[in-house]
Amino acid sequence: MTIDWPTLLPLIAAGAMGAAILVYVILDGFDLGIGILFIAADDPQKDRMISSIGPFWDANETWLVLAVGLLLVAFPVAHGVILTALYLPVFVLLVGLILRGVAFDFRAKAPSHHKRRWDAAFFIGSLTASLAQGYMLGVYVLGLETGAGAVLFGLLTGVCLAAAYAAMGAAWLIYKTEGELQKKAVAWLRSALVFTALGMAAVSVATPLASPRIFDRWFGWPQILYLSPLPIVSALLFFQLWRDTFRLPKPGDRHALRPFLTLALIFALGFVGLAWSFYPFVVPDRLTIWQAASATQSLAIILGGTAVVLPVIAGYSFYSYRVFGGKAGDLSYD
Amino acid sequence: MDPVLLSRIQFGANISFHILFPTITIALGWVLLFFKLRYNATRDYAWMHAYFTWVKVFALTFAMGVVTGVTMSFQFGTNWPGYMETVGNIAGPLLAYEILTAFFLEAAFLGIMLFGFRRVSNRVHTLATVLVAGGTTASAFWILALNSWMQTPAGFEMRDGVAHAVDWWAIIFNPSFPYRLTHMLLASGLTVSFLIAGLSSLRYLAGDRSESMWKALRTAVGVAAVLIPVQIFVGDQHGLNTLEHQPAKIAAMEANWKTGGNVPLVLFAWPDEATRENHFEIAIPNGASLILRHHAEGVVPGLDQFEGKHPPVLPLFWGFRIMVGTGVLMLVLSWSAAFFLYRRNRLPQLLAYALVPMAVSGWVATLAGWYVTEIGRQPWLVTGVLLTADAVGPVAGGHVALTLVLYLALYAALMAAYLGVLVHLALKAAKQGDPEPRPAVESRAMSQPAKG
Repeated sequence: MTIDWPTLLPLIAAGAMGAAILVYVILDGFDLGIGILFIAADDPQKDRMISSIGPFWDANETWLVLAVGLLLVAFPVAHGVILTALYLPVFVLLVGLILRGVAFDFRAKAPSHHKRRWDAAFFIGSLTASLAQGYMLGVYVLGLETGAGAVLFGLLTGVCLAAAYAAMGAAWLIYKTEGELQKKAVAWLRSALVFTALGMAAVSVATPLASPRIFDRWFGWPQILYLSPLPIVSALLFFQLWRDTFRLPKPGDRHALRPFLTLALIFALGFVGLAWSFYPFVVPDRLTIWQAASATQSLAIILGGTAVVLPVIAGYSFYSYRVFGGKAGDLSYD
Repeated sequence: MDPVLLSRIQFGANISFHILFPTITIALGWVLLFFKLRYNATRDYAWMHAYFTWVKVFALTFAMGVVTGVTMSFQFGTNWPGYMETVGNIAGPLLAYEILTAFFLEAAFLGIMLFGFRRVSNRVHTLATVLVAGGTTASAFWILALNSWMQTPAGFEMRDGVAHAVDWWAIIFNPSFPYRLTHMLLASGLTVSFLIAGLSSLRYLAGDRSESMWKALRTAVGVAAVLIPVQIFVGDQHGLNTLEHQPAKIAAMEANWKTGGNVPLVLFAWPDEATRENHFEIAIPNGASLILRHHAEGVVPGLDQFEGKHPPVLPLFWGFRIMVGTGVLMLVLSWSAAFFLYRRNRLPQLLAYALVPMAVSGWVATLAGWYVTEIGRQPWLVTGVLLTADAVGPVAGGHVALTLVLYLALYAALMAAYLGVLVHLALKAAKQGDPEPRPAVESRAMSQPAKG
């Protein structure tokens, strides 16, 4: 492999896209998770849960647009292949995201007797969007197959991702709330972790069985040696988090952010593992990063802009989280 | 049914529903900034009441725009994979810059603009408002650059059936872009003016005489009265630009079947593509020649030049007339309202009743105009480069039809909820009037007094 721009730029674009997906999954993961947990909360708690994510969710969802946008503009051929293959789950995802997004505003602004209806829309939208994302991940892992096995596997990954998002949501609530709701969030985190662990175990067993290529990637020698830290570290973090759920909240609210950061780290490790399973393909077994990429000159323009803008975005996202830092209070426009 | 037509209807439905909300947020951001700056200058708290009333509408509309916009980023791939395969090298960077510069600017500062009033200094809050308004406008800049390039492509060359950029300046500032951008930004300004004027009139009719209602109403009517003549002039210039670059579109808009001089301006007709003539025609002699060539003998291109490759005549003819008709109505109503509000300091009951339904007039005109220009590009997706039929994806017609029906049902429900909430918010504000002014806002960070 020679190192020149036509080789490097598609690689950088793929890296940027992967990073955008990971950031999206972590940031909108806790938004969607809070939507899933809505079903178990009472009315005042719902208001508080909304205000813990209200100022952030718009920007969080925009990471999905950036990720899909990068797929669209940097790998146009792959965008077409993947999204036409996933036509119906994409539709379900979009309807879920639409319901979830508008419910944020409608529940607070519609006449008060409609509020419950929008709360239900918020829960249903968040749940279906999470399930659809997990389903798409599962089908993608199997190389966009369409058989009954792929559908079942997709449903399994869907439930697993929804549980993982719920855990993220609970962890965010532990950080952003106090008192009764915070104690409840700890209990939620514990139950969600059980489902997440079961789901992840099932997916880990099923993936190599379902895809011989991925099996070879993981269990061939010597890869298994330097890949082994990924599952081992993840398992240790998981165990640590599980033990934490029996000790939180701690006096003086110490370590309230730790569950969230631990989960984000587990997500990141899982993501690296997935990326390893597919590299160098962007459409599994069909199109490599270089086959699907746009013209080098267009990539250069896109990535030049990205390199300037991303640090700025990171900077003011940080500023925004600081402005709305601390425990969530009531949201108000004035 | 034909998958190409189904995909077109689905994409059309999605993008029509989407564009309604950015049309409002683009200009509403600047109106909010104006309210804020008036408050900063006069310390009259009624301006802040107007701000808080309309920032709620902004938040709701922005959310509708974001969620329907996410749909758009997927639809290129699900319905039109051939589009990015052919012109991805040009559309890609334009879309990427839209997402990067504009979308993130809006989304990140929106939180501070909406909920940060008592958490940041007044100056930072004003700055956040500026950035959100600027972000929405930058969004419009990039999207209209891409759309105009699809109408009048420039600055590229074809290699092996794929478009490659040659001159980015020529791509962005392609021949129709300056006209289309100006036309759309003015359309957004008019849409928001009439939305505010309409809902303020509703408050007036509900008995609200609060200072913030008057301020919003006077601002909206004043802006509308100034913008509408400008828009009519810009629209005319845009039409002349289209005549130069896309004559078939103009011929269809005017339902002019024969090239020649002394072409009449058809006011009413039922164009019939089978017999290639107009039924029930009412026309002003020499009108079209005068408007398009500025003298009676001016030769205007007719549809006979483009037989078999011109866009459908009926939707263009009527779309154009709905847009222009709404514009004339806007002119009459905004000027009469401006006369009464600024000269007589009152609002006649009848005028208030007339202004309420005008709240959605901007939507009607904007959609009608977009249908004219987008259907007018057919059968091309990118004029002279890519046919719409060649870009459609391999998705089964049944899937497209099923999702189309579900999208339409969802959109109908959301539209009902959205309009319902707008009316609800207006009537609630009318009932409350202007509550006691809050303590003054300070310019030190983190220093705003607690709510209440």
